[in-house]
Amino acid sequence: MNAPIRKVAVACLVLFTALLVNANWLQAKQAGELRHEPNNARQITERFERERGWIGVAGGQAVASSVPSDDEYKYQRQYPAGKLYAAVAGYYGLYTSAGLENSQNDILSGEDDRLFVSKVSDLVTGRKQRGGSIVTTLVPRIQQIATTALGNRKGAVVALDPKTGEILAMVTSPTYDPTPLASHDDAEAGRAARALNTDPDKPLLNRATQETYPPGSTFKVITAAAALNAGHQLEERIAAPDQLRLPQSRTVLPNFGGERCGDGDTDTLIHALTISCNTAFAQLGMDLTDDTLRAQAEAFGFNSTIPGFPLPLVPSVYPPQQLDKAQTAQSAIGQFDDRVTPLQMAQVAAAIGNNGVMMRPYIVSELLGPDLKALSRTEPEVYKRPVSPDVAAALNTMMQSVVSSGTGTKARIPGVAVAGKTGTAEHGDNEPPHAWFIGFAPAASPSVAVAVVVEDGGGEFGTGGAVAAPVAQQVMKAALDVRQ
Amino acid sequence: MTVLPPLRGKAVDLTGTFARFPIPADVHLPPYRRRELSLLLFAGLLATAALAAVVLAVDGKITTSVFVYGLGFSALWGVAHLAVRRFAPAADPVLLPLVAALNGLGLVMIYRLDLAKVEAAEKAGRKIPSGVAPLQMIWTLLALVVFVLVLAVIRDHKTLSRYAYTAGLVGLVFLVLPAMPVFGATINGARLWLRVGPFTFQPSEISKIILMVFFAGYLVNKREVLSVASRSFLGIHFPRARDLGPVLVAWLASLGVLVVEKDLGSSLLFFGMFLVILYVATERASWVLIGLALFSLGAVISYHLFGHVQVRVDGWLHAFDGDNPTSTSYQLVQGLFGFAAGEITGTGLGQGSPQRVPFANTDFIVASIGEELGLAGIMAILVIYGLVVTRGLRAALGARDPFGKMLATGLAASFALQVFVQVGGVMRLIPLTGLTLPFISYGGSSIVSNAAIIALLLRISDSYRRPGPATPAAPLFDPNAVADSPTQAVRTT
Repeated sequence: MNAPIRKVAVACLVLFTALLVNANWLQAKQAGELRHEPNNARQITERFERERGWIGVAGGQAVASSVPSDDEYKYQRQYPAGKLYAAVAGYYGLYTSAGLENSQNDILSGEDDRLFVSKVSDLVTGRKQRGGSIVTTLVPRIQQIATTALGNRKGAVVALDPKTGEILAMVTSPTYDPTPLASHDDAEAGRAARALNTDPDKPLLNRATQETYPPGSTFKVITAAAALNAGHQLEERIAAPDQLRLPQSRTVLPNFGGERCGDGDTDTLIHALTISCNTAFAQLGMDLTDDTLRAQAEAFGFNSTIPGFPLPLVPSVYPPQQLDKAQTAQSAIGQFDDRVTPLQMAQVAAAIGNNGVMMRPYIVSELLGPDLKALSRTEPEVYKRPVSPDVAAALNTMMQSVVSSGTGTKARIPGVAVAGKTGTAEHGDNEPPHAWFIGFAPAASPSVAVAVVVEDGGGEFGTGGAVAAPVAQQVMKAALDVRQ
Repeated sequence: MTVLPPLRGKAVDLTGTFARFPIPADVHLPPYRRRELSLLLFAGLLATAALAAVVLAVDGKITTSVFVYGLGFSALWGVAHLAVRRFAPAADPVLLPLVAALNGLGLVMIYRLDLAKVEAAEKAGRKIPSGVAPLQMIWTLLALVVFVLVLAVIRDHKTLSRYAYTAGLVGLVFLVLPAMPVFGATINGARLWLRVGPFTFQPSEISKIILMVFFAGYLVNKREVLSVASRSFLGIHFPRARDLGPVLVAWLASLGVLVVEKDLGSSLLFFGMFLVILYVATERASWVLIGLALFSLGAVISYHLFGHVQVRVDGWLHAFDGDNPTSTSYQLVQGLFGFAAGEITGTGLGQGSPQRVPFANTDFIVASIGEELGLAGIMAILVIYGLVVTRGLRAALGARDPFGKMLATGLAASFALQVFVQVGGVMRLIPLTGLTLPFISYGGSSIVSNAAIIALLLRISDSYRRPGPATPAAPLFDPNAVADSPTQAVRTT
């Protein structure tokens, strides 16, 4: 009778081996994956167990920080500036997070490998592990003025330092208050998230980087860049009829408000840009061909995103497919399927102001360890060279003319030469157009470049020059005040 | 494998007069009995250290009460040791310390989860709940009383075989009692409990042992008949159709448990236990194959018929898909999160949050251990369980009578099966079922019945390790007895 008992013993051995193997697989191999499962409530407690680092703005003021909390989690995230930096800093809730809070989580939570030394020393000294902190490039005064200038209107403002690529201000409107989203009360956070998610104005969307708009006439700067690159001159006369019949279509392209450019037949390139002549640039675009326009647009960064950018980003688009003549004409004046983000247009302005050199835009200037010693500092870096210095200089002249005597006069700053370009972008038949302004100042050696878009431009008479240029003017002025 | 020679010889006396207590003068104590005491001491130390770790983690300081509890625990199992000395002096020395270690860890874990509940209640400003650890201490005490009684009353396990049919009847009654409308109680979806006043009791734990006695007793008599093969198919000899009766009855009974009491685990356990004994009795693999086929059939049918089976299987297969892990697999996945939090070395006793897992001190206690003691702790506990099973099967191999062999095999294998179904269920190796983890889970019926199982295994191991009666210890000839006799006896030597 012992033979079957031995076989039973073998069967028991198999059962126990299966358990031992399973335990090893579960706790040694699968554990990491399970710990990061979004529904894992322990992971949430653990995350709030440590003091998370802060997010600061230029000058060191913290706009997101952790304070001890007396509920079931140890630390509470707070946002003393409220809505002002929500689109950039984001929020850090129990189950979800956004913005830098999301993308820089490894540093803020202290999990990043760059914090290895401090982690080891915490382990040795028995000190509670803390997270690292982040300093952004945002300048509070510029951010505040840009926010106020945009007011309740829907739209976005981006301000860059053309020489370094630092993002000085990034405003989107409407935006949200991160505080309820970071609540430790599930129900409160859930209510706030539902309200924001169902809001038709999409306050959670960062319009500066995540939304694309038709660029309208601001795209003429790119068409002009392609023209200058192809050998056209500032004072060269180009065709500028009152109306342009587009090839292979019945569409007749008029100028804005039926106005006349030049002598009604031709106009100089610089004057055509100054008054934003549609027919001249449409014809110029057709002459240059869509391949040339696409190449120029892509040189400015269209159809791609900035690798490693810490905020959600969508690419700006120049239609990648072959366009016919009529479509090319429309694209050359920023209509048809052209789509741009405000950040992209700020980069275009900055590159022109910076002698044709586009710096890589960045928003995180420094990473600090838990001891507030710098772990790394972002160095300015050349990103692209979309135009030659000569072309950049010519574009600069043309854009100064826009502000001094063209459509962008509302962007003038006393005592400072300002360069810019307006845009009034049509979208849909019964919608008011979006108002655009891009520009930089001081024109000779700019310390700030901006892009402003106001959705639906504020009514029937709203043009880029009337609606967006004043916003840009205030932002540039603030930047010049701060960064003299 | 050869049966170990009976261990006897003079007792080496380390503890003076106490070492003889409470051994009758004519019983020789094998030297390994003292090893049991030192191993028990180690189990006591383990429990005390674990308790100290919990108290230190929660309160930040150790109080003398830790040592009082530690000593009390060691004393309790010391009494069990004395009972073994008295009633089964040659019994296996390893079994008792193994289960004492499991029991100690279980008690500490249950106490630790009590503390977590108190803390949560304090934080939320609710009424402080009374802990269940003192209750479990009382159950442990009761379990040891049963342990001693089993050893004291059943002096020879073979007597049990005489009551096989009575046991079968009693076992069945116990099994179906919870289904009765007056006594039965449904807890956590399974109708497995008896309610008498404020106390609930799970009679299936007891009927497990009683039915095992019946199976072994019944099959000892019937095994010749059942071994007769009539047909060979694919190289396997299959039994005659008319001999299938007992298997079918056991199968229907286990399905009945599943249907009426909604308990997958018990059903699997009863049927598995029966198959093991049947296999040992007949030495025919065909019985196992038929049994497994029947069980699979039953499992498939019940999956399609019963919602609660589908929920368990769905939660197992699709633990992270669709609505899960917030729907059918919620409890299971909370347990897995516990294991994951522990990783290799665990968070340390008192430093994790095992209270997040539902039923953390009963069905999911292995996840609590996995979290705070880590993979290391789980491996240690599984090895302890493995050793218990090994010692049980060792007793089966050594037993001199078929009934003892079958009973010991059945008890050891059912222990193994219970650990496998329980731990495997919580670790998502197999669908989750509602069994308890022997000696560790909170629950009175479980620890009492498992203590009885260990007592029976000790009894069987004692039976073959004792010196056999065949070798007379006294000389055949006693010169004093014949000194006064009128005739001179012839020396025979």
